[in-house]
Amino acid sequence: MIPATFNYFRPHSIEEALLLLRQGEAAKILAGGQSLIPMMKFRVVEPKTLIDLQGVPELAHVMWAGGHCTVGALTTHASLAADADVRRKAGVLWDAANALGDPQVRNLGTIGGACSHADPSADYPAVMLALDACFIVAGEKTREVAAADFFKGTFETALGESEILTKITFDAAAHSAYVKLEHPASHYALVGVAAVLVMSRDTIEDARIAIGGLADAPFRAGGVERRLRGIKGNDGAAIKAACTGAVTGQDVRSDVEASAAYRTAMADVIAARAVGAATRPR
Amino acid sequence: MGRIELEVNGTRHELEGVEPRLLLVHFLRERLALTGTHIGCDTSSCGACTVLLDGKAVKSCTMFALQADGRAVTTIEGIGSSAELHPMQEAFWAQHGLQCGYCTTGMILSAIDLLRRNPDPDEVEIRTGLEGNLCRCTGYENIVKAVRAAAAAMAAAQPVREAGEPPKSPGELLEVGGSR
Amino acid sequence: MAAVRLVGTPVRRREDPRLITGRATYVDDVKLVGMVHAAFIRSPYAHAKIVRVDLAKAKAHAGVLAAFSGADLHAAGMTASLPVAHKMPDLKTPPHYPLAVDEVRFVGEAVAVLIANDPYIARDAAELVEVEYDELPIVVEVEKAMAPGAPLVHASLGTNVAYAMPLRAGDPDGAFASADVVVKQRLVNQRLAPVPIETRGVVAQWDAGAGRVTLYSSTQIPHLLRTQLSLILGLPETNVRAIAPEVGGGFGSKLNVYAEEAVAAWLAMRLGRPVKWSETRSECFQAMIHGRDQIADCEIAAKRDGTIVGLRARILANLGAYHQLLTPVIPTLTVLMAPGPYRIANVDLEVTGVFTNTMSTDAYRGAGRPEATYLIERLMDLVARKLGADPADVRRRNFIEPSAFPFTTATGLTYDSGDYAKTMEKALQLADYPGVRARQAALRAEGRYLGIGLSTYVEVCGMGPSAAMPAAGWDSATIRVEPTGSVTVLTGISPHGQGEETTFAQLVADELGVAIDDIAVVHGDTDRVQYGVGTFGSRGTAVGGAALKLAIETIQAKAIKIAAHRWGADPADLEYRDGKIGLRGDPSKAMTTAEAGFLAFMGDQLPPGLEPGLDATRRFEPPNFVYPFGTHVCVVEVDAETGKVSVERYVAVDDCGNVLNPMIVEGQVHGGIAQGMAQALYEEVVYDEYGQLLTGSLMDYAVPRAEQLPHFDLDRTVTPTSVNPLGVKGVGEAGTIGATPAVVNAVLDALAPFGVEHIDMPLRPEKLWKAMGTRSNGKVSV
Ligand SMILES: Cc1cc2nc3c(=O)[nH]c(=O)nc-3n(C[C@H](O)[C@H](O)[C@H](O)COP(=O)(O)OP(=O)(O)OC[C@H]3O[C@@H](n4cnc5c(N)ncnc54)[C@H](O)[C@@H]3O)c2cc1C
Ligand code: FES
Ligand code: FES
Repeated sequence: MIPATFNYFRPHSIEEALLLLRQGEAAKILAGGQSLIPMMKFRVVEPKTLIDLQGVPELAHVMWAGGHCTVGALTTHASLAADADVRRKAGVLWDAANALGDPQVRNLGTIGGACSHADPSADYPAVMLALDACFIVAGEKTREVAAADFFKGTFETALGESEILTKITFDAAAHSAYVKLEHPASHYALVGVAAVLVMSRDTIEDARIAIGGLADAPFRAGGVERRLRGIKGNDGAAIKAACTGAVTGQDVRSDVEASAAYRTAMADVIAARAVGAATRPR
Repeated sequence: MGRIELEVNGTRHELEGVEPRLLLVHFLRERLALTGTHIGCDTSSCGACTVLLDGKAVKSCTMFALQADGRAVTTIEGIGSSAELHPMQEAFWAQHGLQCGYCTTGMILSAIDLLRRNPDPDEVEIRTGLEGNLCRCTGYENIVKAVRAAAAAMAAAQPVREAGEPPKSPGELLEVGGSR
Repeated sequence: MAAVRLVGTPVRRREDPRLITGRATYVDDVKLVGMVHAAFIRSPYAHAKIVRVDLAKAKAHAGVLAAFSGADLHAAGMTASLPVAHKMPDLKTPPHYPLAVDEVRFVGEAVAVLIANDPYIARDAAELVEVEYDELPIVVEVEKAMAPGAPLVHASLGTNVAYAMPLRAGDPDGAFASADVVVKQRLVNQRLAPVPIETRGVVAQWDAGAGRVTLYSSTQIPHLLRTQLSLILGLPETNVRAIAPEVGGGFGSKLNVYAEEAVAAWLAMRLGRPVKWSETRSECFQAMIHGRDQIADCEIAAKRDGTIVGLRARILANLGAYHQLLTPVIPTLTVLMAPGPYRIANVDLEVTGVFTNTMSTDAYRGAGRPEATYLIERLMDLVARKLGADPADVRRRNFIEPSAFPFTTATGLTYDSGDYAKTMEKALQLADYPGVRARQAALRAEGRYLGIGLSTYVEVCGMGPSAAMPAAGWDSATIRVEPTGSVTVLTGISPHGQGEETTFAQLVADELGVAIDDIAVVHGDTDRVQYGVGTFGSRGTAVGGAALKLAIETIQAKAIKIAAHRWGADPADLEYRDGKIGLRGDPSKAMTTAEAGFLAFMGDQLPPGLEPGLDATRRFEPPNFVYPFGTHVCVVEVDAETGKVSVERYVAVDDCGNVLNPMIVEGQVHGGIAQGMAQALYEEVVYDEYGQLLTGSLMDYAVPRAEQLPHFDLDRTVTPTSVNPLGVKGVGEAGTIGATPAVVNAVLDALAPFGVEHIDMPLRPEKLWKAMGTRSNGKVSV
């Protein structure tokens, strides 16, 4: 499979990239290419201008300041998956980075690309929601978008056509985990649940539970979050009970591999597993 | 048309007239005649096209050649020859880790990348570590054996360290990939 | 001093150095001067009239040399149909043109082809081809296709039924009437895609000077391909050369003569340029043959003690839209092998082959036998369940006993040799069957669901006696002892991963006393190798190896004559000992095959009347098929919350007779089990009601990765056959045949507490989850 023709640019700064994005004909950002190139090979998308961000290396970094983390958009899944700090302080992201795709995809694919792509079966969107992450977007002017406002639907985000996602920030989440039920062929999530807990000693004080893979965009399971409060982290039965009925009022997807009913039921099971994992030390 | 300057298997190449849409796998196979890198799918799923980019495994069917500008690519032809096999090649041979051989070149490079990250993987780690590569012939049984054997051989080939001194990096155990 | 024998030892493969270093040449690696690239335009509809094919824009695109529709090919005289090999008197054989002429009948059927300087340009130009279709009614499922008033795949036939083959023996009605229990079950063998990691590919070259066409193709059958191409192209067979270079897996999928092969050859002749076509994976899912796709309504009758008295099965085989090479023949093997390793005297079987608007089914690893084994092995478990008996005991009671061989089945096959109980007892012991049963009981009490499944199979392979094959079943070997003593072996089989470059050299090294490095095994080129039938049906060693053994004997006999003359001895007093010619009673006399070969070359010291040269070509016509067998035991745990299956243990004890290279045999079994397990758990080709392929990529069709498969524990028993001089049986397909029911039986055993009797493959988590939930009155134990 062979993509249609395009012009290729490799700018050396965000500004240059933004300029190309505004001026180039049917321009698109190329990050790791792990979603874009497969789609171009099938000619599902045919950009005329590709702007390769790899010339802007300052976009690839993970920085911790106190309990606050900034991840550059160009940071690869592999570098997150190998990062001991991320593992300790944001287990939910570490889990997802490890569960996503395969080693080769992780070596090239980036967190910014995965989030901008907003595949409904992708792993990071739920994670970002559970982390309550903030997306730093460069464009005409730089703006910040909360995760809750970023993921709009299938392949749809708050990013404008001439905007570039540069960074993602979030607070440390020591008690957090991501668990997914994989599609047997694609590795993508049939259901993926990201759990971020606030624990006081062994009790769940507060929780952010986000579910991906089911609907057009990830969503928070508000009911589960409420029911988890006050539950002991080692009380598996109570966690299961709290996670029952995690999905309400969503338009759940169905395919050859898994029906909407199954995905909905699995959301409860996977949510309980994710919460259980989040209560345990990393 | 683009210009590209890169290192492939230790040799510098400067080429003009590279169409931006030219995939790295086609660049390697057609422009450089390195046909050991295979193509097995069109969805970035099979890993037959795996090469090392700056020492790390990537799918060369999911990369444009121009993206490799300024970087170092290692293909199967660059890790060893019949006269001097890489320990991973030797292990695939000794353990019968291949049948038709089509997946094998990519599998070997992925396995090398796996040992870079984890020099002493157990069976489960090997199986998950090779999740980017499909083999239809072997049922993976002997591939797993081969990677275990290669890990042991490569560990044994390491210069003796002071007792207790950890390896400087996982990559220290490997002599591959032109990381710069 | 006895030489070290290589046969029976794990000699490292001689084909590997080129493969592990990336220096092998697969079709896509073949580059010829002036080569151009073909792209096929395929139907997006499952059934439609072709109204118009407009190639003008594509032809006008820079870099495009030519483009042709099916009608263009016809107009140019390319009107032959693709071949189907069969000996069925009443088979319906609708025409099957390489490019559809006026009607398309499955999604992915080629309607046009274009040729460009470069594959990128070919792809661009393909976008410019405009085809107008007029949609026709579609039928995808066999039962709908058989219903009155169903849309017809081939209107001219007046029916979708291509053939029906009934087979009755004994007194099935009486047996069922007198049985204590009868179990009925509908069993489905879902459609599978073979998915060799190398897709199909062709390079065709026309030598105008010689009037010859050379076709490099990723094929399992170079000679049969040559014959068919010569018929299709109207060229003398001597003017067609087929080459199978390195082939990246076949599994039956490349045991065919495909439209693209014929078209590429025709294009090369027409354009006078070498033409390459490399199939994309998407095309491969659509237009490479599929396997299985049978629905069987089965009934089995038993006595209270577990003795099986009768078997009935009505099998509907989905043939797809057209016959490919062996499409109609494959399902007939299911009927023939339905009784499996058991004594079942009364059978009432029938298979009906039905056309639908889907890709053709044909030989995929096991080809008809996995379906049969699945039927009988599921039924044995269902009988055990019904009787409250141990599945192993029910099998024990019904096995054909070792003393009964050769044993003629109710379906008319003669099993050569076997000891089925032996493999089962060994497998049960290795798997610690009683221990697992005890653990199963303990875990059930905790709400965990462990299951243990077994399958004892016998399969028919070493294809096969020519009288019983749709086309020739023999194979050939040539041995040439060269003047310097190195030995060339030319084999008619066409290995592509099975390792005969090694095993055949082992055999020759031992028997002729030649160093293995001095032996070259040549295959896959019709200009170099004498006619051979190819590699499929687990026949490489059982037929090709047997031919080689005959050739060795001929060489030895001639070498003995040469030595005898040199020594002034009577040839009757000479013999081959440890690879050398010796004189009985005189240990000082010895001559190597190389020395005899040199004398044969020099020609001046030969006995009168003996031709110079030391070479031989022999063919082996198998007097029977061979019947390998074995028992597989699978232990699984089913996650009660998700329905996900994890395979905890897998034990296989197989018997393929004598073994030339145990490492290679085990490798064949590993790969076979993987594919059998994949059918049980993961894979399914799904067409929707419009005939659209829903599983058209590796992102949808679950070929298992390493982490989705377990470690396999193998052992074997050795029961040689007398069908061939090596005493070997085939082993290429055995693993696949044995594995599928073992896994399914294990899963259903795990779900027994829920009262679940059967679930169709693949055992997707959702199906198990549903079965556990609904059958236990809504109570899901967690
Ligand atoms: C075989 C395979 C398996 C996979 N499995 C999974 C999986 O299990 N789970 C999962 O979540 N994902 C999976 N993926 C997708 C993977 O996560 C991709 O890496 C990711 O979706 C895209 O990241 P990228 O850097 O490669 O982006 P690209 O492919 O380069 O870009 C993707 C899209 O985002 C845009 N974009 C990229 N970066 C930016 C930016 N900084 N600002 C604005 N727009 C931008 C691009 O224009 C493009 O539209 C898989 C991919 C493959 C090939
Ligand atoms: S060719 Fe299959 S992943 Fe690259
Ligand atoms: S050896 Fe054939 S695909 Fe792996």
